[in-house]
Amino acid sequence: MSYVSRGFRGRRRGEGPSDRIPPGQYLVDDFPVLSAGPTPRTPLDQWDFVITGAVANPKRWTWEEFRALPSETIRKDIHCVTKWSKLDTEWEGVSVDTLFEDVETSADYVTQFSDGGYTTNVPLEDLLDGKAWVAFGFGGEPLEAEHGGPARMLVPHLYFWKSAKWVRGLRLMEEDEPGFWETLGYHNYGDPWREQRYWGD
Amino acid sequence: MARAAVLGRLALTPVRWQLGDVAGLVEETPRVKTVELDLREWPGHKAGQHVDVRLTAEDGYQAQRSYSIASAPEDERLAITVERLDDGEVSPYLAEELMVGDKLELRGPIGGYFAWDTDEGGPLLLLGGGSGVVPLMSMLRHRAARGSEVPTRLLYSARSLDDVIYREELERLAGDDNLDVLYTLTRSHPPGWTGYARRVDDEMLREVAFREGLAFVCGPTRFVEAVADGLVAVGYGPERVKTERFGPTGG
Repeated sequence: MSYVSRGFRGRRRGEGPSDRIPPGQYLVDDFPVLSAGPTPRTPLDQWDFVITGAVANPKRWTWEEFRALPSETIRKDIHCVTKWSKLDTEWEGVSVDTLFEDVETSADYVTQFSDGGYTTNVPLEDLLDGKAWVAFGFGGEPLEAEHGGPARMLVPHLYFWKSAKWVRGLRLMEEDEPGFWETLGYHNYGDPWREQRYWGD
Repeated sequence: MARAAVLGRLALTPVRWQLGDVAGLVEETPRVKTVELDLREWPGHKAGQHVDVRLTAEDGYQAQRSYSIASAPEDERLAITVERLDDGEVSPYLAEELMVGDKLELRGPIGGYFAWDTDEGGPLLLLGGGSGVVPLMSMLRHRAARGSEVPTRLLYSARSLDDVIYREELERLAGDDNLDVLYTLTRSHPPGWTGYARRVDDEMLREVAFREGLAFVCGPTRFVEAVADGLVAVGYGPERVKTERFGPTGG
């Protein structure tokens, strides 16, 4: 049992369904912005998305080719390691399964990499079978730059730093390689339901 | 076990919860309070890092929030400075309920990108909006504690002079020839005010910018977006700009 904070009752309890709010999280209605540097703004005619690294047949899509891929509407709860959760967020995006349709690889890990130099690592299996998307729309609108547009990863079953903003590609890795925040002490996997915020959690 | 081997190289240590003793409370402004804590174990921090605070109700209900560390690594006590948000859950407790002699559960330090050490040199440009000045104050205190002569400039955007946190200490620190402390007051300013009196814009940034060195920007999202974009527009490469943002939510 933790130390009881004298006089603390808590105001936000019961605000959301407990089976959808992971431990230590609270609900927000707005969409906070978190990033480590200025917002990159890559013109769409210079944008591409690649699958590279340990792959027999690397892939590349221009923006037009990427937008011509089959896309879907995704409704998911998202959880940020800075403690906020947002329910029923609605995205438009391309499933990673679609991008991997004819990719041959023996790699088990992926480094997502972005404009601005951000990286984050995930096991490949966490991106497949309907678990992850490259999103280009939010709430029926094009994804704003401050939220990661033109396109960002959406891996909603992990803390949201595992969903790289301004994503430009996936690098397939034979060995796991900690990314930007992971190297700075954040958890390597980041499951919000096991409250894996920091190294050792 | 490729994964374990790679992570082992990072030599990270787990960030454990601990109970600190509330040893001092300082009213900085009517909305902002500093909580000073005595900790039994503290691995040390870099100026700019933060801690997680956890409150527990009698029935076990818990709430957690992150707060920037205000104290320098050299200071005896760990200090956090908290702005009370009216609809907040944790900040009203810290700002109004907490008393000297209470305990507070926290863990840290956390982060490490938005952080500065005198060894990294400068010049150093610090841009704070509202309580976004807190981690920047840790950097200024660290700089002073080390007797550093790194050329440093703080541009601090506040609604009014009464909303300026750490004002007396900032004025004292500004006696250092290598440190400029500049305010911009966005809502109201006293008669005869000769400082800036508008939101930070590119013209202001051009006046405070250094040709080299890092810029640290902390404040509400709109402030950080405008300032970080502006710095890039006036010649800062994106790799020279480190940001920390907080939304209106939190509390």
